[in-house]
Amino acid sequence: MTTADLLGKILQVVMGLAIFAAVVGLLIFFIDKAPKKGRDYWQLAGFLAPALIFLIIGLIYPAIRTSLLAFQDNSGNWTLDNFIWTFTQPTAIRTLINTIIWVLFVPTISTIIGLAYAVFIDRSRGEKFYKVILFMPIAISFVGAGVIWRFVYEYRSGDREQIGLLNAIVVAFGGEPVQWMQTDPINTFLLIVVMIWIQTGFAMVLLSAAIKGVPTEQIEAAQLDGTNAWQRFVNVTVPGIRGSLVVVLTTISIATLKVFDIVRTMTAGNFNTSVIANEMYTQAFRASEVGRGSALALILFVLVLPIVIYNINVLRKQREIR
Amino acid sequence: MSSVAPADLPIGKDRGSLETAAETTALQDVVGTKTGRVKQRLTSRTATIVSLIIAVVWTIPTFGLFISSFRPAELIRETGWWTIFQNWGFTLDNYADVLLSTSSSSPQLGAYIVNSIAIALLGTLIPLVFASMAAYAFAWIKFKGANALFVLVFALQIIPLQMALVPLLQIFSTWLRPMQAWLHDVVPIIPEQNYAPVWLAHAMFGLPLAIFLLHNFISEIPSDVIEAARVDGATHGQIFFRIVLPLATPAIASFAIFQFIWVWNDLLVALIFSGGTQDVAPLTQRLAEMVGTRGQDWQRLTAAAFISMIIPLIVFFSLQRYFVRGLLAGSTKG
Repeated sequence: MTTADLLGKILQVVMGLAIFAAVVGLLIFFIDKAPKKGRDYWQLAGFLAPALIFLIIGLIYPAIRTSLLAFQDNSGNWTLDNFIWTFTQPTAIRTLINTIIWVLFVPTISTIIGLAYAVFIDRSRGEKFYKVILFMPIAISFVGAGVIWRFVYEYRSGDREQIGLLNAIVVAFGGEPVQWMQTDPINTFLLIVVMIWIQTGFAMVLLSAAIKGVPTEQIEAAQLDGTNAWQRFVNVTVPGIRGSLVVVLTTISIATLKVFDIVRTMTAGNFNTSVIANEMYTQAFRASEVGRGSALALILFVLVLPIVIYNINVLRKQREIR
Repeated sequence: MSSVAPADLPIGKDRGSLETAAETTALQDVVGTKTGRVKQRLTSRTATIVSLIIAVVWTIPTFGLFISSFRPAELIRETGWWTIFQNWGFTLDNYADVLLSTSSSSPQLGAYIVNSIAIALLGTLIPLVFASMAAYAFAWIKFKGANALFVLVFALQIIPLQMALVPLLQIFSTWLRPMQAWLHDVVPIIPEQNYAPVWLAHAMFGLPLAIFLLHNFISEIPSDVIEAARVDGATHGQIFFRIVLPLATPAIASFAIFQFIWVWNDLLVALIFSGGTQDVAPLTQRLAEMVGTRGQDWQRLTAAAFISMIIPLIVFFSLQRYFVRGLLAGSTKG
């Protein structure tokens, strides 16, 4: 990178900031100087318009367009071929199955480990430190996590010393080193481990906050009744944090359905590890099969739909209470 | 890593007066246990051991990569990082190679770091400003259909990024690209390939969640404050800048961190909207590329991976209490 490049980039950022500031400044100016007639509506428009315009251009229109593209072939004729391909090609079917495996395992295991950990360290010494350790992967990119775990799964052939931790453990116990990333079906599960590694901290933080919200009196009362720790956990704590459990499970499920970077970095979807989100990218942007990519995106949408609708219902109930 | 002082992670004491009274008392109970009250330890020895094991398992992969990034290439290739005491050797060559080397085969991360910073700056700022404006409108300007529109905006989270990519790319290439080309002709120092598409894409995709989280906070500002200002003849613009923004600073800060880390760590948007060259592409994209082409060059991969993590980790460790609050803002209420 030359100095001229750097200057060019800084100039771009400065110009971007200037243009953005000008737009916002103009908006606020118009909001304050809006014509007397229908002033409220002008002000409302001023506040809402930028966000709504962005959402229409960036999400609503594209979503509709993608839904249409899914039913077209590359020359624009209407067809169902994209979906037929998705549900008949062995590789595509495998992609669907893998996605289902991901969404079954990642949310449940992350939540279970996160919950157990949150309960175990609750009010123990060094709780904050414990939390930071588990939560840290949230700040690491999926790509970075991909590199970290590729290193753990690294394979060395023959009698050479293993530099991947997992194979080193296998060898230490007298086993043969395995090419983890190329061995179907265990490779999918090893990729799932990476996602669990990232998401558990998220589950733990939310659940820990929820646990602290459970009234101490209830736990004390249960204690006086002579219950043991497990009974108190099942009968007092879990019902008390049910709402948060649902939120954690749904949030992680949605994140898992959309997971792309991990698969991309670790196997690029080879060796039967692809998932819908990755296959969508491969089809639409690598193989120029826009129709197939769109069909996969639409399927992803349909899978996310029930989860989000459930959350919307929860939200609407909350707003009615207010 | 261990030198980093663990800060206050869970919902802090300074979470503000905007929480419901019931929750606040519950919180005080918890805080109170620390000093005075009898410790109601639910934990046992087994629990301590299990949590210790989990903590260790969670740290080891990162730790191994971190150690390796300082080892000479031959040692990484031939020995496990856990044999560091038998195979002693540390070096900064890996970092020098990926950052400073000018040879065409080295990753030359410098340019990509600048890109990541540039992308994250405006990719965070734009949605933040527009979202707080929209959140204010939803919370404090009365209009017909406000509720329905708000639920619609929340519902937009339903749309996976993947659905928006193809058409948005088409929109950008028909409208934005010509504008960029024109700008390049007028001000030649601005490259034709620039950050605008990535900024806009991040802003668009970040908005639904931003509006939702900020609305949660802004709508709970006591209405007396707003009403009083209205009575004094303040315009919406004045209320927004003089009252709402200062009061909502904690929420805005937490979302800013959230969005910053998200944008910094993103790969998908970058892959599709950046063009993949040194001019625009961020660190994550370069790193992913390196994995693809030089997946066995562990001395470079480890160092590059750590460079890509440093800024989000600094943000995370220094601002985690706000970050966590941002996470909790929409979630625990569900």
